[in-house]
Amino acid sequence: MGDPINLIGDWLRNLMTGWGLPENLATFILTVMGVVVMASFLLILDIALVWLERKVVARFQDRIGPNRLGPFGIIQPFADIIKLLIKEDITPQGADRIIYNIAPLFALATVLMMWAVIPFAPTILGADVNVAVLYIVATGAVGTLGVIMAGWASNNKYALLGAFRTVAQMVSYEVPMVIALLIPVLLARSMGLQAIVDAQQPWFILVAPLAAAIFLVTSIAELGRAPFDINEAESEIVAGFHIEYTGMKFGLFYAGELLHALTVSALVATLFLGGWRGPFVDQVPILGVFYLFVKAFLIYYVIMWIRYSFPRLRIDQMLGFSWKFLTPLALVLLILTAILDKAMEGATPLVYTLVMLGMNILLVWATVQVLRTYARVERRRVAERRPVATATEADFKELIGQE
Amino acid sequence: MSVYQIVFLITAVVTLGAAVMVVSARSLVHSALWLILALFGVAVTFALLSAPFFTVVQVVIYIGAISILMIFAIMLTRRVMQDTGPGVNQGWWMALLLSFLLFGGLAWMLSTWEGFGTALPALPEGVDQVKALGVALVSPNAYVLPFEVASVLLLAALIGSIVVAWEKK
Amino acid sequence: MQNDWLFIGIFLILAPVFPGLALLIPRLIAPKKPNPLKSQTYECGIETYGDTWVQFKAQYYIFALAFLIFDVEIVFLYPWAVAFDQLPLFAVMEGVIFILILVVGLLYAWRKGILEWV
Repeated sequence: MGDPINLIGDWLRNLMTGWGLPENLATFILTVMGVVVMASFLLILDIALVWLERKVVARFQDRIGPNRLGPFGIIQPFADIIKLLIKEDITPQGADRIIYNIAPLFALATVLMMWAVIPFAPTILGADVNVAVLYIVATGAVGTLGVIMAGWASNNKYALLGAFRTVAQMVSYEVPMVIALLIPVLLARSMGLQAIVDAQQPWFILVAPLAAAIFLVTSIAELGRAPFDINEAESEIVAGFHIEYTGMKFGLFYAGELLHALTVSALVATLFLGGWRGPFVDQVPILGVFYLFVKAFLIYYVIMWIRYSFPRLRIDQMLGFSWKFLTPLALVLLILTAILDKAMEGATPLVYTLVMLGMNILLVWATVQVLRTYARVERRRVAERRPVATATEADFKELIGQE
Repeated sequence: MSVYQIVFLITAVVTLGAAVMVVSARSLVHSALWLILALFGVAVTFALLSAPFFTVVQVVIYIGAISILMIFAIMLTRRVMQDTGPGVNQGWWMALLLSFLLFGGLAWMLSTWEGFGTALPALPEGVDQVKALGVALVSPNAYVLPFEVASVLLLAALIGSIVVAWEKK
Repeated sequence: MQNDWLFIGIFLILAPVFPGLALLIPRLIAPKKPNPLKSQTYECGIETYGDTWVQFKAQYYIFALAFLIFDVEIVFLYPWAVAFDQLPLFAVMEGVIFILILVVGLLYAWRKGILEWV
C-alpha cells in the first residue's frame, strides 16, 4: 500500500512465473525494465531541466525567458532538441573518429549510472550496494576520462588545452570532495546511501554543516559550472574541450552537465538533508520520492543561484582555493569529527548534535580569523612603499638636452 | 555452464583482448585507452568475486587517477604522439617462445597447488565486508603496522615525485 | 547483493544505448555535406598551423600526482570510517595519525610551491 512501483514489480514477476519462466529470467527481465524506466525518467527530467535553467536564469537577470512556444515556454526544450537533431554533424579533419564519437556517450552514461544507487524511498532503490558513496566517486572519475577523450580526439590544440585544464580542475576538487564525503560515511557508519538516509535522525546538515558546504562547493567545481567555469564559459572565445562538437553531440555534453547538476543536488539531499525522510513516509513510501525531489530541486535552485550571482574565478585562484583552503579545512574537519564522535560515544542525540554543530561553527569562526589575518598580512605587503624610480624635472630637461 | 561462468568468460576475454591491444596498438594514446578497458575488466572481475569495495576502489584509483596520470604523461610528450610504426622488433619469435614457456611453467606450478580446488570460507552471515576490513586495518593484531607504513610510503611517494618532477625556476 | 550488481551491470550496458540512440537519429535525418572548409579545426578564426600538441607544463602532471596520492589516502580511510563503531579510541587515533602524516606531505608540497599554477 502506498508503494506502486514495488506492487507493479511483484505483479509482473508473478505474471511471468505464472507463464512458466524460471525465477532468474523473471528477475532479469524485471531488472532490465527497471533500468529502462529509470533511464527514460531521468532523460525526460533532463529535458525539463533545460527549460528550468533558462527560466530561472531569466528571472535572475530580470527578464522573462522563453515564453513563445507553449504556455510558459515549456515546448522550448523540445524545439531545441529538434534543432540539435537536424544539425549537420561535422567531424574535424584528423580527428580520431572512434574516440570522438564515444566521448559524449561517456559524459551522459556516467551521469545516468550515478542514479542507480540513489534511494528514492524506503523501498524504492535501484541497487542497494554497500559501497554506494565510493561508487558515486567512481562514476565521477570515469566522467573525467570522457572530458580528456573529447579534448584529445578533436585534433584541436585549444580543445586539448581546455581538456587538460578542465581535468586539472576536476581532479583538484575531487580531493576535498572525497574527504567531505567521508564525513557522512563516518557519521552513519556505512557507505551505503540507504543506510546513510536511515541514520539521519537529525539531518546531517545539522551535525556537519561545514561538510555539506564543502561538498556542495567542490561538486559545483567538479561540474564545471560558474563560478568555476573559466574553461567553458560563454564569454570565452574558445569553448573548451567541446569546441569541435556540433549538433546532438554537443547537446549530449550540455544535457549531461545539467543532469549532473541535478544528480549532485540529489546527492546533497540524500547525504545531508535526509533524502526521502519526511512526515508519513513510513506508511506511504511513495511520498519519499516527492520529498527527495523537493529537496533536490531546492539544492538545484541554490546551485543556479550561485551560478548567476558570483563572478568567475581565474584558474590559479580556483586551484589555489581547492588545494590551499578546502583540502586542509576538510582534513581538519574530518579529524575533529572523528575525535568528537568517539569522545561522545554514549551521548544523547541532542547533546551530540549540539556539540557537533558547535564544533562546526567554531571551525568556521577559526577559519574566518585565519583568513582575516592572512588578508591583513597581504594588504600590508601590497601597500608598503616600494622604491620607485622617480625622475625630477631637472633630470627630464637634461635628458632632452636643455639646460 | 552457469550464468556466472559465462559472464566471467566474457569479462576475461575482454580483459585479455584489451591487454593485447595495449601492447600492439600503434598510437600510445590508444594503448592508454585499451589499458583503461583492461582495468575495467579487472573491476568487473572483482564484482563477480563479491568484493564490491575493491570494484569501486579499482575504478576510483586505477581508472580515475592512475590512468589520467598516464594519459597526461603521454599527451604532454610531443614526440610520442605520432604513429611510431609497427611495435615489433627483430626478435619477436624469441619473445613469443619465452612468454609461452613462462606461461606454461606458471600454469603447471599453480596446477600442483591444492588451493585452486578449495573454496575459501565465506564470511559469516551478516558480517559486513567493509566493516571487517576497517577493523582489520587498525587493530593491533591485524594490519595496523602496514596501515601506518602505507601512509609513510605515500608521503615518500609524494615527496619523491615532487623532488623529481619539479624544477625550481 | 547479486541483484544489486546485476542492476548496475545492466545499467552499465544500457546507459550508453540511450545517448547512442540520440546520436543515431541525426545520422539518419541530418544533412551531410562535407566540405574541406567546414572540417577545419577551430583556431580563433584563422587557419590552423602547426601540429596539435600542447606545451609541456609540469603543473598538469604534478596536480594529477598529488591527486593520486591523496585519493589513495582517503580511500584507505573509508573502511576505517565504516568500522567506527567497533573501534576503540586508540584505533581512531591511529587513523588520525595516518591523516596527519599526509598533512605533512601537503604542507611540504605547499611550501615548495608545487601547488601554484604559474
